[in-house]
Amino acid sequence: MMITIEMLNEIKKKTLKTMTLRLEKKNNGISSINKENVSDKKHVLICGGPGCHSSGADELKKRFEQKIDKEELTDVNVSIAGCFGLCESGPNIEIYPGGTFYSQVKIDDVDEIVEKHLCRDEVVERLLNEGAIKEENIKPVFEVDFYKKQEKIALRNCGIIDYNSIDEYIALDGYQALAKALTEMTQEEVIDIMKKSNLRGRGGAGFPTGRKWETAFKYEADKKYVICNADEGDPGAFMDRSILEGDPHSVLEAMAICGYAIGSDQGYIYVRAEYPVAVQRLKTAIKKAKEKGLLGENIFGTEFNFNIEIRLGAGAFVCGEGTALMESIEGKRGMPRPKINRTAHKGLWGKPTIINNVETLANVPPIITKGAKWLKSIGTEDSPGTKVFALGGKIKNTGLVEVPMGTTLREIIFDIGGGIPNGKKFKAVQTGGPSGGCIPEEFLDTPVDFASLGKIGSIMGSGGMIVLDDTDCMVDIARFFLDFTVDESCGKCVPCREGTKRMLEILERITKGKGTPEDLDRLESLSEAITDSSLCGLGQTASNPVKSTMKYFRHEYEAHVKEIRCPAGSCQELLQFFITDKCVGCTKCANNCPASCISGNLKERHVIDTEQCIKCGTCMEVCPVGAVIKK
Amino acid sequence: MKAVFFDNLAKGGNKMEFKFNWEGNKERVEQLNSFMKEKRYKKGALMMILQEAQDLFGYLPIEIQKMISKELNIPLSEIYGVATFYSQFSLIPKGENVIGVCLGTACYVKGGQDILAKIEEILGITIAETTPDRKFSIDATRCLGSCGLAPVMMINDEIYGRLTVDDVEEILNKYR
Ligand SMILES: Cc1cc2nc3c(=O)[nH]c(=O)nc-3n(C[C@H](O)[C@H](O)[C@H](O)COP(=O)(O)O)c2cc1C
Ligand code: FES
Repeated sequence: MMITIEMLNEIKKKTLKTMTLRLEKKNNGISSINKENVSDKKHVLICGGPGCHSSGADELKKRFEQKIDKEELTDVNVSIAGCFGLCESGPNIEIYPGGTFYSQVKIDDVDEIVEKHLCRDEVVERLLNEGAIKEENIKPVFEVDFYKKQEKIALRNCGIIDYNSIDEYIALDGYQALAKALTEMTQEEVIDIMKKSNLRGRGGAGFPTGRKWETAFKYEADKKYVICNADEGDPGAFMDRSILEGDPHSVLEAMAICGYAIGSDQGYIYVRAEYPVAVQRLKTAIKKAKEKGLLGENIFGTEFNFNIEIRLGAGAFVCGEGTALMESIEGKRGMPRPKINRTAHKGLWGKPTIINNVETLANVPPIITKGAKWLKSIGTEDSPGTKVFALGGKIKNTGLVEVPMGTTLREIIFDIGGGIPNGKKFKAVQTGGPSGGCIPEEFLDTPVDFASLGKIGSIMGSGGMIVLDDTDCMVDIARFFLDFTVDESCGKCVPCREGTKRMLEILERITKGKGTPEDLDRLESLSEAITDSSLCGLGQTASNPVKSTMKYFRHEYEAHVKEIRCPAGSCQELLQFFITDKCVGCTKCANNCPASCISGNLKERHVIDTEQCIKCGTCMEVCPVGAVIKK
Repeated sequence: MKAVFFDNLAKGGNKMEFKFNWEGNKERVEQLNSFMKEKRYKKGALMMILQEAQDLFGYLPIEIQKMISKELNIPLSEIYGVATFYSQFSLIPKGENVIGVCLGTACYVKGGQDILAKIEEILGITIAETTPDRKFSIDATRCLGSCGLAPVMMINDEIYGRLTVDDVEEILNKYR
């Protein structure tokens, strides 16, 4: 089938009518679309993001539909949309008009919502999201603190459209950018907009996308490839997954635009095997786009052909690295290539190849429709636009947030993220995953952009942001990341294969109380050597977690090696057993202690001789009143 | 997975050896053969074929690797190299239920390690092993993308989030 722009606009007009109510969310309450065209009375929007989906979004939808049928309500539309972002309080649902925000909705709550809210317009207050109530007033979802400071480009459709509906994507200007590029612009003009916008890669390195495209465009070849890097390896980041699952067409459209710009007719999406849901939704999306003629031959009646295939990863972090990923698509061990050639010249099967990250691609269509100036009006000079972060760890509102570049860490963690739960104190935030670093409190006012994070020893990375509190041991966090790198090092180059292993051994020694002060010097020199001599980004950045924690939390390392003490109380083998004044003097601990290091008289508080203690934990187990603690 | 799936020759700790049961897997082998016929001329077919074999048999028996080697005319060493590189490929049969415990950062700082320890304690096996009755095997996965629910584990395709150590036994019992 061949599609024309008129047909696209027809679908848009028709579908918008069924979506108008929901668009309140996109426009922060202002419905810019003519109300006369509204065909439904109410919309129930269920979050189908990675978190909520696994807590039963499908069952919720079914139950809603059953109950709505039973109540004989007409004109109520129930949809599952992509991730709303606030995973902490899921499963989340929103009801329009009004944007009422219900959280932690269980199957058994559905009937009540239908009876009260849908039948009688009464809000079910007990299910309202905590942030949606302020001084007795009920706030709509777009005024909840978590959302207020956000600005959505990459996630623009997530949580609004039904991810299975290509029509809904089209209704919100989907495929307009492709139409514009193909019918109104030359390849050079597309590349020019991308260059002027200065969109920088969101996969980690921040390389300017337009410049990369130009390199491939200028290189003559009989075949060129476009790859979408959906390997999302940073453990603790899930924005790419949310985009793929919530708005798959935005990625497909962008790949086609890139294909046109550089002169390629074949795209691959390399998805990690851990994301079966994303794969399924992508397959559906590709099929639908083909049926509509938005992928395939002679798109919009032009000479341009473009097809997309999905390739599955098989669980290797290093395959997120561009050249390793290409090796993997070629059916080999995913080991990075020495960087003799640019992949934009010689990439997949030796042909010019553009590889872009999912989030980078999701930014492309709006840039083509709205122009380079528009993107530059958001964010900072050096890093225009927005960035999506996955907030996790010791933070109240875990979830996905998209903010303009230049927003400070403090705003993200405290204003949006809601700060640290359980009355604990903020200690550090880890950004950039295994290639990044830990940022201490004194730098919380750093604006988040590519350069600023680099200056303080971390990186933007793909956008994982793990918050740590005062019970997290920084040496152990460094050990955790090294453990990860050792596991994932592909083994091709020696510094990374052997060096990271030695670093891990030292860190393990330290966290077990067997480290020496010299170990700290060894760690430092190893860090330098591995950074300087590794083949790919994996090894070159592997010591960042160690470097940054040693820089900002050296006192913790020193406490471990000099006093054999873990200040955060996290390293098990450094903990001391201690009997509190809760002790009733029952003598049970002393009688059971295999090292006979507990003394005390009947009915008096007992004492552990920590020098003799072998830390077996027997006393803790046998104490009837819980007087034995570890600290 | 059916009982005829493979014959267990010797078992003892993690050194399980399995002989491939050609007779019992006839249909699956045929399926793989026709998949190979369809894809063999596609560029980069080896990964896809190994993934299909892993799906069909639950692991990559050495016998099957040899068969693929012959059919595609690729040295066995190269196939073995690919099969051992990626953590999704297994050289021993996986259990009927595959438990993926997330050891990503978000889960780690929320106690993912304790969840893993508990599972190991209950099942008596560790990461990348299968229980002797082949009911369970444990995989360590690095982030399942459900960090909002940390700590997380996945059994087959089901995600369990916001776990505490005390939840583990009950969840495992559902699969016994
Ligand atoms: C070890 C390693 C892992 C990487 N993992 C990913 C990843 O999971 N996803 C990603 O998009 N980029 C990853 N990258 C970055 C890619 O090499 C590449 O820079 C990126 O896909 C380019 O796309 P962009 O310009 O749109 O960011 C990784 C790099 C290294 C060195
Ligand atoms: S870190 Fe466990 S799901 Fe992401």
